[in-house]
Amino acid sequence: MSAQSTVEKSSPSDVPPNTITASAIRTTERAYKARGVQLFWRAMWARAYPRLIGTRREISWMVSETLLPLLGTSAYVYVYKATGAPPEFTGFAVLGGVATAFWLNVLWSMASQLYWDKDGGNLEIYVISPAPMTSVLMGMAVGGIVMASVRGFSILIICSLLFQVSYSITSLPLLLLIFFFTMAALYGMGMMMASIYLAAGREAWHMSNLLQEPIYLASGMYFPVRALGALVATLASAIPLTLGLDAVRQIIFGNLTVGWLPPETELLLLIGLSVVFLYAAHWSLVKLEDIGRREGRLIERRK
Amino acid sequence: MAVQAAHAIQTTGVGRVYKIRGPKKKSDAKELIALKDVNLEVPYGELFGLLGPNGAGKTTLIKILCTLLLPTSGTALVDGVNVATHPQEARRRISMVSGGETSGFGLLTVEENLWMFARLYGMDNKVVRDRLNEMMEIVGIADRRRTKISDLSTGLRQKMNFVRGFLTDPTVVFLDEPTLGLDVTAAREVRSFVRQWMTDHPDRTVLLTTHYMAEADDLCDRLAIIDKGQLLTVDTPENLKKRLQQSAIFNLRVQPVGDKPRDGARIENVPGVQNAVFHDGTEFTEINLSLERDDALPGVLAHLSARGSSLIALEKREPSLEDVFISLVGRRLDQDTTELSKVELEA
Repeated sequence: MSAQSTVEKSSPSDVPPNTITASAIRTTERAYKARGVQLFWRAMWARAYPRLIGTRREISWMVSETLLPLLGTSAYVYVYKATGAPPEFTGFAVLGGVATAFWLNVLWSMASQLYWDKDGGNLEIYVISPAPMTSVLMGMAVGGIVMASVRGFSILIICSLLFQVSYSITSLPLLLLIFFFTMAALYGMGMMMASIYLAAGREAWHMSNLLQEPIYLASGMYFPVRALGALVATLASAIPLTLGLDAVRQIIFGNLTVGWLPPETELLLLIGLSVVFLYAAHWSLVKLEDIGRREGRLIERRK
Repeated sequence: MAVQAAHAIQTTGVGRVYKIRGPKKKSDAKELIALKDVNLEVPYGELFGLLGPNGAGKTTLIKILCTLLLPTSGTALVDGVNVATHPQEARRRISMVSGGETSGFGLLTVEENLWMFARLYGMDNKVVRDRLNEMMEIVGIADRRRTKISDLSTGLRQKMNFVRGFLTDPTVVFLDEPTLGLDVTAAREVRSFVRQWMTDHPDRTVLLTTHYMAEADDLCDRLAIIDKGQLLTVDTPENLKKRLQQSAIFNLRVQPVGDKPRDGARIENVPGVQNAVFHDGTEFTEINLSLERDDALPGVLAHLSARGSSLIALEKREPSLEDVFISLVGRRLDQDTTELSKVELEA
């Protein structure tokens, strides 16, 4: 129903004297708003910011998230030492501890994050903004990688000193490439899981708990994945951590006898997984928004 | 996409039906009509209000216009952009602030949170900084710029939300119950901010939903009254009240009247009574009464007396928006109609 009626502005009769004394809001030209790649870039770093700043603002998080994997790692190290395993197994466990920091970050700060954001009311602000949702999730991932790297390297340094682990890197470029694509595939998977968590409608808390321990086992976090047998190791290779960790161990300790696949092959598989997971993440986000807008659920916070 | 739209907001036959999933099978699904054939035209520069009880469809309409929800029928344009087919383009032109909003990151300060949200709109750092300085000053949170938002009170947090909503230079701002949960002073400050922003930006538009009559009356250039998903009327608050100028409006306070009588013996059947809304309290019953003429009052009192009640206090007053609402809907605005508004059909 439309009505044609005279519009009369109400007078600002109840303006408190100390609230608005003069109009300081600019009425000049409209604010420039970036589009395309520039908008993507700005939105990505904006969303990464809370994580980057959180690393140094909430020191207690870092301490607890470094200490817990440290304890788990120590347990495995002592088992290996007690059973007289070769010394490189101590290093295997230490790298597993580092990988734990990344996996916990993917579970609790990537996969669960859209759920927390929905709960806190941020998700609908992201959706209403012109920034692509992929840029928002990419920002979470970038921030998450920095956060987890700080923790991971803290674990690496502390454990290496504590258990006197020595490393001899056979190929630094290959190591860096594998690290890069492991992160790309792992966080791509986390981005995809973020949409799945929301669509599933379960409490993020339960979903993450459900996935945490099985992945520790399947990805060979504290032991060579080859020990699980070819079939399980093949299936577990869909988890980027499995391939990444196995390749990094081989490059750092040069012990190919316990490796699953050659590091070069694992790099190629990781590149493939990166493409698949990042595409799946983008697709599932588009799908999520579509379902959310059609069905009136998923996106908005329930007041 | 239009080059220059005629209206800031235009909806044509907008409807929204929710599918409510059953506990077991898909065939148990029901449909809930949240909006039905909503036609609305809001020109640029107008502060337009949507007034209705909980469950009336206000938030559903706002969510459609904000691109959070698709209409199941009809077309909705914001600044000439179809929100269903070009959501990304529409999002550059809008923003939304809701009452009771808890958005943001607790470990970030006020200015960090606002910077972050502004960057989601692709704004330049310098522009963000300048606007932040101005707007935080205006809403009175400049001294809290470096406070973590987890340490803010509800009122201060809502002021921050307002800065977020207006910082990005939107053409159309949607305010969904913006003063919900605020104390009187904070609500007044928020209202004065909105009013001042409209004065300073005469080409912008605000669509406000509220169920506070005074807020709607005070702020809005025009109002739509919405109930059960349908727009009942659209006009200025003054014109709406003028419609009842011919009626005699009374507030009666009487001793509790007890159970509702049979249809034939209802107060509405007393000659001259246009409508009556009862609000039962423990000590007394309050009746909002609209009569065709003053001389219908003795008949009403006689009717009450016959039901075992007697008059405690009586007040005759000018028509308010509340009376307009009652005359259109048949009940008070604060009577929650969430359940009433559910028109359930078999899927």
